[in-house]
Amino acid sequence: MSEPEQVWICDNCNIPLQPDKVDVAYMGNAFPVELLKCPNCGLVFIPEDLALGKMVEVEKQLEDK
Amino acid sequence: MDQKELFALEQQCIQECAPPCTAACPVHVDVRAMLAETARGDFSAALKIYQKVVPFPHILSRICDQPCQNVCRRGEIEESIAIRALERAAVNHGELPEEKKRPMPKRSGDIAVIGGGISGLTVAYDLARKGYKISIFEAGNELGGGLWKADRDYLPAEVIREDIEVIYELGVEVDLNTLIDHIHLFELRNAFDAVYIAVGPHASENFELERDEYGIIKVDPITFETSMAGVFAGGGLLWGIEMHSSVTSISEGRRVGISIDRYLQKVSVTASRVNEGPYTSCLYTDISGISPRPLIQMGDPDFGYEWHEAIQEAKRCIQCECMECVKACEYLREFGRYPRRYVREIYNNLSIVKGTRYANTFINSCSLCGLCAEICPENLDMGAVNLKARQTMVAQNRMPSSAHDFGLRDMQFSNSDKFLMVRNAPGTAASDYVLFPGCQLSASSPGHVEQVYSDLREQLSDQQVGLMLGCCGAPANWAGRPDLFESILSAWRTHLQAMGNPKVILPCSSCYQVFQKHLPDVEIISLWDFFDTHGLPAEVTSANRTVSIHDPCSTRYESHIQDGIRHILGRLGYQIEELPRSRERTTCCSYGGMMWLANPNLAEKVVQKRIQEGETDYVTYCAMCRDNFAGRGKRTWHILDLIYNQGSDEQATRRGPNYSQRHDNRARLKRQLLTEIWGETMDGSQPYESIRLNIAEDVQAKLEQRLILVEDIQRVIEYAERTRRKLLNRQTGHYLAYYKPTTVTYWVEYLPIEDGFIIFNAYSHRMEVPGSGSS
Repeated sequence: MSEPEQVWICDNCNIPLQPDKVDVAYMGNAFPVELLKCPNCGLVFIPEDLALGKMVEVEKQLEDK
Repeated sequence: MDQKELFALEQQCIQECAPPCTAACPVHVDVRAMLAETARGDFSAALKIYQKVVPFPHILSRICDQPCQNVCRRGEIEESIAIRALERAAVNHGELPEEKKRPMPKRSGDIAVIGGGISGLTVAYDLARKGYKISIFEAGNELGGGLWKADRDYLPAEVIREDIEVIYELGVEVDLNTLIDHIHLFELRNAFDAVYIAVGPHASENFELERDEYGIIKVDPITFETSMAGVFAGGGLLWGIEMHSSVTSISEGRRVGISIDRYLQKVSVTASRVNEGPYTSCLYTDISGISPRPLIQMGDPDFGYEWHEAIQEAKRCIQCECMECVKACEYLREFGRYPRRYVREIYNNLSIVKGTRYANTFINSCSLCGLCAEICPENLDMGAVNLKARQTMVAQNRMPSSAHDFGLRDMQFSNSDKFLMVRNAPGTAASDYVLFPGCQLSASSPGHVEQVYSDLREQLSDQQVGLMLGCCGAPANWAGRPDLFESILSAWRTHLQAMGNPKVILPCSSCYQVFQKHLPDVEIISLWDFFDTHGLPAEVTSANRTVSIHDPCSTRYESHIQDGIRHILGRLGYQIEELPRSRERTTCCSYGGMMWLANPNLAEKVVQKRIQEGETDYVTYCAMCRDNFAGRGKRTWHILDLIYNQGSDEQATRRGPNYSQRHDNRARLKRQLLTEIWGETMDGSQPYESIRLNIAEDVQAKLEQRLILVEDIQRVIEYAERTRRKLLNRQTGHYLAYYKPTTVTYWVEYLPIEDGFIIFNAYSHRMEVPGSGSS
C-alpha cells in the first residue's frame, strides 16, 4: 500500500482517489494536469513536492509572461 | 517610461563614458581595453584594438605625443601609465592575422589629396578602403611628409616605408615631386570630386582660400571644409610647427575622411558629429584606496618594453570605471550590470507586448532605499525608477501577485479591526499630540509601545495625548499601488481631523517618511527628537559601553533624527563607533521596498553584509532592522531597549517574533490598551480563531519560511472540519485538507487531538485547483 492512489482516500466519500485530468489555472491561463481526485466529489490531492516544485516554476513563468 | 525618459536616465549613468585617456586621445584609442589585454599577456589582442583606430601603428607608437598621459588617473597617485610605450609593445610583441581579402566596396568619386604627410595618408587610407579613387600629390620625392623630419633613431626610415606600404597596396595613385599651387588647385577641383589639402606646417602656399588673421586657411572646426566647396584642409597646416602633433594630424585626416565621404554621398556633412576630436571624459572613478605602483623601467629603451615588462606596466592601469552604486549596493551588484543597462531592461520589460518579462524580479527586488542616488555622481535614483516601474506594472495588470501579496495582507491585517484603533486620551474629545507607533514596533515590542504611551502622557501631563494604531501604508506605496496607498493616507487624514489635528509622534522612521512626504499638512515629530528635546522618560544610568549605530535607511536625509539618537545614546553613557556606512550613506536592512518578499536570497545577502560591517554591538531605532539583524545572530538593540531596560543581553540577542506572533502581538496590544486605558472590550472574533494548534518547532520554522501563518492553518482546519472536505492518509491516519481564503491555497496535514489539532506539515501554491472552497 505504498502507491499514492492506495494511500489517500476521500474522507467524506470514503473512496480511494483515482488519477484524473484536472484543470488548474493561474493568471487567466488554464491547463489540464493529471492529479489524484475523488471520483465522487472531485476533491483533489496535490503533493508537497508538486506544490513547491513544478507548480512554483510554472507560476513564475506565467507571472513573467 | 517613454523613450525620452529612458534616454535621459541612460545619460544620467556615466559608467559607459570613455575613460579620460580615450577621451583625450584625438583618435580615441581604447587604451583601457588594450591595457587589459596586455596585462593578460595577449599582445595580439592589444594590437588589434590599437590598429582598429590607428592606420599606421608602427609609426604612431613611436612618435605619438600621447595627450592621454596628462589625464591618466594613475598620474594622480604617481607617474602616469607609459601608454605609448605599451602601444609600441603591442606592435612589437603582437601579431595580426592576415587580413582576409574582402572584395573592396566601390564608391564612385575621385579624390585628390595634396600632401603625402600622415594626415593626407590617413584620408587616403580611410577613403581608399571605402572604395574611392584616390590620388596623392606630394611635393617631395617620397611619401611621409613631416615624418622624415623626426629623429631617425626614433623613427627609422624602414619603419616609415613599411607602414606606408599599405597606401600602395590599396591602389592609391601617388604623384611624387608634384608641387601644387593655387592655379593647380582650381584645376584639381575641376578634375576631382573633392580635394584635401594637407601640406603640413611648413608650406607657404595659401591656395587663395579664405584665411584668418594669422594667415591660416579658415576651416569649419567640425567638418574641415574651406571657403571653396568640396575643398577641405587639415593637419599640420592648421597648427604650425610649434603645435604639431602626429596623432592630431591623423585625427583630422580621419574627420576629413568622414566629411568627404558624406559630401560625396550627398548626406549631411554636419549631422551628429560629437566628440570626434579630443574631449573631457564624463567618467567618474574613485581612486582613493588605489595603492601606488611605480612605473616599470625598460631594460632596453631603444627596443622598448620586453613582453614581461609590458605586462607589469599594463597592470598599473586602474581600469577606470564608475560603478560607485554597484560597489555600494548588494542589489545592484546581484544582477551583474549597472544602471545604464538596468534602465534599458526596465524599459523593455514595461514596453514588451508578448514574451517573457525578464526584469520583473529585478524591479521588485529593490529596497527603494535611495543609497544609489546619494552615491551616484549624477544622483541617478534607481529606487525612484523601480517604484515607477512597479506602478506601471500594476497599471498594466502585469504585477506578479506573489511579489508583494504577503506584505499587503500584513498591512491589511494592521488596518483591520484586529489592530486599527484611533482614540483620544480617555475622557477627552480632542488631542494635542497623538502617538503613532506603527505596525512593526507594535508587532516586535508591544510592551514598549504601552510604556512609551504611558510616559508621553506623563511627560505631556498638561496636554492631551491620543493613540493611533495601524499601518501607515508604506507597503502599498512600495508595491506600486498608489490607489491603495492614497486610500490609507486619506483615512489617516480623516482620523487626525476628527482628533483636532494633533501633532503626530512617530517612533518608526518609515512612518515618518510616509507622513512627511505624503501627508505634508500633518504636523509630525520623531519620538527620538521628542526625547532629545523633552528629556528621556526613564531614569538614566550610565552604561559606559561602546556601540555602533545602524541608521534606518528611511532616515537617510533626516539628520536631526540621527543626531537625536546620538544625543540620547550619549546621555545614556554609550560611546559610538560609527559604521563605515552611516547617516546619509546608511544601507537598508532588506525590509525596505519589500525586497525580503520579492527576493529572499538577495535579502539574506544584504542583511549578512550589513551585520558584518561592524564588530561592536549595534543599536538601531527601527524594529524591523533590529529583528533582521538579531535574527541572524548580530547583537542588536532597539534604542528603547537601552532607554527602558539598560540594554540587557537577552534583548540584544532576542529573535523577533515570527509572522504569526507579529499579528498576535498587535492584536493583543490593542485589546490590552483598550481594556486597561479606555475600559473597552473587543468583540467579533472569527470562529477559526479559537482553534488550538499544536505545532512542533521544526514545523514552525518551515511555516515561517513558507510564509504560512497560524491563522491560515486555522482557516483550513475550520473549513475542512465544517465541510468534511479532507483527505485521509490510510498509512499515517493523518488528514490533509486545502482551502484558499484569498489568493493562496493552503494545504495542511493534521490530526485532531483532545483539545485541538497537531500540525505535521503545511504548504501552499497560487495556482487554482478545483475544490479549494475559494471565498
